[in-house]
Amino acid sequence: MSKDGSTSFLTTRLEDFISWGRKNALWPLPFGTSCCGIEMMATLCSDYDMARFGAEAIRFSPRQADLLIVAGIVNAKMAPVLKNIYDQMADPKWVMSFGACASSGGIFNVYSVTQGIDTIIPVDIYVPGCPPAPEGVIHALMRLQERIAAGDTHSQRREAAQKRGATQKGARV
Amino acid sequence: MDIRTAVPTIYGDEWTRFGETWKSQVQQLRERFHGQIEDVRMPQEQPTDVPIVYVKKSAVIEVLGYLKAEPGFDYDFLADITATDEEVDPRFEVVYNLYSTVKKCRIRIKVRVAENEDVPTAVGVWAGANWAEREVYDMFGVKFAGHPDLRRILMDYRWVGHPLRKDYPLRGYQIFPTTAPIDTDLLK
Repeated sequence: MSKDGSTSFLTTRLEDFISWGRKNALWPLPFGTSCCGIEMMATLCSDYDMARFGAEAIRFSPRQADLLIVAGIVNAKMAPVLKNIYDQMADPKWVMSFGACASSGGIFNVYSVTQGIDTIIPVDIYVPGCPPAPEGVIHALMRLQERIAAGDTHSQRREAAQKRGATQKGARV
Repeated sequence: MDIRTAVPTIYGDEWTRFGETWKSQVQQLRERFHGQIEDVRMPQEQPTDVPIVYVKKSAVIEVLGYLKAEPGFDYDFLADITATDEEVDPRFEVVYNLYSTVKKCRIRIKVRVAENEDVPTAVGVWAGANWAEREVYDMFGVKFAGHPDLRRILMDYRWVGHPLRKDYPLRGYQIFPTTAPIDTDLLK
């Protein structure tokens, strides 16, 4: 690439270019069910400013979001609702399990609480803490971006497997 | 420290403010519902913060209506209905917590009820008893005879068992893969 921009082009693989676009435009759906939701708001606000990572466009419709942030406790009664929301999101989609309750049920090891959302939906990244500090959330987001770039997420692996299956059958991808 | 002496300090000066009121009220109840009052537990004598009046099941609605309307009682606010699983016979105690917005004091009515035994509903006395009784039914399986809409209120309607019973396993998870279908009867 020249300095004056006259011959500006660079070469890359199409998949890498798409992943680069995806990882820098994560639109989160906040599934904030309890106190972790407050820390999520703090992460989005100006002090920590998740907009720096392209993840400031909060969407409250699963159709328009690609990162599901489950921030807080998921009750047994809430579990099918979460599953529904995940199913409604368009591929490729990613899930962040935010805090101890979403990751493992936290301190609530009782009849009414799901013991981790990974019993219901596939999770790409876990954030420890009760609740996690905003720095932890940003760290998780950056790790997720690395994984998206590497194609190492549930959604991308699923997509790749589908493509492989289609190619093996001789269908056009 | 003995719990009986500790109770008044835990619960502030309730006894000095309402002790005489409670004594006369309980006395009046005993006279009015002679033989229907099984037991009375008073603060300072027993480890409790407010008087607990054990009433026979057959008289409970009458007693609740009396406490609500009778001048000198004026327990016009039903704070909550709950229950306890005592694991003895009779198994459950249904608890009515009442508050008087006139006198600013509280009283507790309890009914002992065996398993698979109905309690008469208090919806006729307090309309707000509707949801409270549904919760007791959901959590303990105590049924209320004459209740207009006795369905589960908190747990999924596909749930098996009643989770606050002492014999329900602490980790008796029941996770359903799909949301409950909408009850179309409610849309009518």
